[in-house]
Amino acid sequence: MKYVDEFRDGATARALAAAIAREVRPGRRYHLMEFCGGHTHAISRYGLKDLLPDNVAMVHGPGCPVCVLPVGRIDGAIALARDHGAILCTYADTMRVPATGGLSLLKAKAQGADVRMVYSCADALRIARATPGRDVVFFAIGFETTTPPTALAILEARREGLANFSVFCNHVLTPAAITHILESPEVRELGIVPLDGFIGPAHVSTVIGSQPYDYFAEEYRKPVVIAGFEPLDVMQAILMLVRQLNEGRACVENEFTRAVTPEGNAKAKGLVAEVFELRRSFEWRGLGEVPYSALAVKAAYAACDAERRFGLVCRSVPDHKACECGAILRGVKRPTDCRVFGTVCTPENPIGSCMVSSEGACAAHYTYGRFRGQAGVAAQAPSHG
Amino acid sequence: MADTARRAYVRPIDFRHGRVDMTHGSGGRAMAQLIEELFARAFDNQWLRQGNDGAVLAAPPGRLVMATDSHVVSPLFFPGGDIGALAVHGTINDVAVMGATPLWLAAGFVLEEGFPLADLRRVVESMAAASRDAGVPIVTGDTKVVEQGKGDGVFVTTTGVGVVRDGVDVRGDRARPGDRVLVSGTLGDHGVAIMSLRENLSFETTIASDSAALHGLVAAMLDAVPDLHVLRDPTRGGLATTLNEIARQSRCGIVLDEAAIPVRPQVEAACEFLGLDPLYVANEGKLVAICAADDAPRLLAAMKSHPLGAQAAVVGEAIDDPHHFVQMDTKFGGRRVVDWLAGEQLPRIC
Repeated sequence: MKYVDEFRDGATARALAAAIAREVRPGRRYHLMEFCGGHTHAISRYGLKDLLPDNVAMVHGPGCPVCVLPVGRIDGAIALARDHGAILCTYADTMRVPATGGLSLLKAKAQGADVRMVYSCADALRIARATPGRDVVFFAIGFETTTPPTALAILEARREGLANFSVFCNHVLTPAAITHILESPEVRELGIVPLDGFIGPAHVSTVIGSQPYDYFAEEYRKPVVIAGFEPLDVMQAILMLVRQLNEGRACVENEFTRAVTPEGNAKAKGLVAEVFELRRSFEWRGLGEVPYSALAVKAAYAACDAERRFGLVCRSVPDHKACECGAILRGVKRPTDCRVFGTVCTPENPIGSCMVSSEGACAAHYTYGRFRGQAGVAAQAPSHG
Repeated sequence: MADTARRAYVRPIDFRHGRVDMTHGSGGRAMAQLIEELFARAFDNQWLRQGNDGAVLAAPPGRLVMATDSHVVSPLFFPGGDIGALAVHGTINDVAVMGATPLWLAAGFVLEEGFPLADLRRVVESMAAASRDAGVPIVTGDTKVVEQGKGDGVFVTTTGVGVVRDGVDVRGDRARPGDRVLVSGTLGDHGVAIMSLRENLSFETTIASDSAALHGLVAAMLDAVPDLHVLRDPTRGGLATTLNEIARQSRCGIVLDEAAIPVRPQVEAACEFLGLDPLYVANEGKLVAICAADDAPRLLAAMKSHPLGAQAAVVGEAIDDPHHFVQMDTKFGGRRVVDWLAGEQLPRIC
């Protein structure tokens, strides 16, 4: 397939793997965090670990929008559909995230709530136009990549005078999450999580540009290489990070120049600034309350804000006791460190959010990589046989 | 009885503008008329002509195979097929991949009140054509009608009976380490053809469903290699799910070679932008075969010389693995698990 195969070429991968093997110093370890779930997925799906030297360790970051949604927000979405009678439009991944009382959007749907899977918020707008008598709420989740389309949908709804459309906004911000990880005691004081550098987001950076990462490189002395989501992008970024670390540099470098500029996408940023404002604080699964890390719909667009419109209050609900998603999202633990990984918690019956999305660290490891040293986990049949 | 009913008819069924109503399932004259003017006429054969509640069949010597399959695909009509042809092909294939020659079919229809009779006729005529082309008659059937909103146009259930030829023992638990895994052609065509028509996706593609009856191909394969170990049609869940089923039944592992797996570029592209994996997308005219390594070249040649197996390929082999994993050597150079499908890629695909 043109424009895709070029970035998945086996020969180039072997050449890059050889270059990385040549560059790494035998005496040291390289702990690199891939922030995005897209990178996590590529690493697992293409078997990148088989191509890396043993002293390069990839640490999974919190950049999976489904994974970081706290239980309380899923409960909120279920309430909108079940208690307020709205048509709730959601991305497919979110439907299986476990909520309070053994529920999920999928189970709420089976109980009669009107939950509909959509591929984009434009589909939600279409449903709102087609069902003027019903409230239609778009369950907006995601980082900076999915935020501009949501802003556009709100502006479009206003332009058309679409009174039955609103957005349950859960958009979160990447730089705030990275700061939070770097400031966490595990990284900063205790050194439990060694972090030498970051593979920076691909699609997020097409919107916000590479400039927002300068702060991390300068303030925390951590190199950042922004990389695309194809496996060769990831390999190239690892090579660039290893070189920076060997040379003692900490800069922001851009591997993904075919899509990312220093300034980002001014038009998209403008749309977001028009419709959204910063929340003082927002709860992340795994990270807890993170200041200035999420967006809310501005008062000027209150009619399109489902939280205001339905007086929705989302409680903070603790995760399942056995679930290690929080520690995994902070890079403190690996999926295999979790007691319930692959036993009680599987993609068919997820206990935690990291097992739900294909970008989640647990799901990616379970689906693609669990044959590596996983003597205890045999292939399991789905319940329907 | 039939004569009395016919005399009482007011006028012939309006297949242009008419719709299914509750009387078409009530057991009364309207139902008798629908069966006579549509189903019996389209499927016509010696058993249906007898007008009995069931078909009396003379079973040939040998072991019989019976398989059943319900079809709820949405939309009902798609490039390369429709629910009618699919219902015939699907069940013929389920019988054929047991190593059997399909002999007879039964068909059950659940119709929704309000369903256009023109569409019903299109479905029934497509079934009749598929059954004729395959040489497998529909010898008995049933029709029910449900109220509007309780169905989705039409659901079709078909059951097939076939006979296994002597010396053939095709089962899901016969894959042995060292065996070769073959597929009969490109993967994912049916699923992508259906997806392209879904209201919330609607993208343009030249891909048509691969819906086809595979018993001719199976017969050619068994002629070449009577000791075929495993045959299966990778429908819902695609190749990945089918191989996981086989690995579990046979208590072995399977390793695939990604570079050898045939996928059309259009299917690959559609999967790429939808975030799907062609290995999990449904097929309706493809099969997976597993045979001893020594038999593989002969089997491949037999498949390639049949029109429905022209793009057949050896895609992997069975290995000894206590965990029964299906794994794949990626084009990229790594190895990964090819797991069971979690959740559902897209509902109502067949």
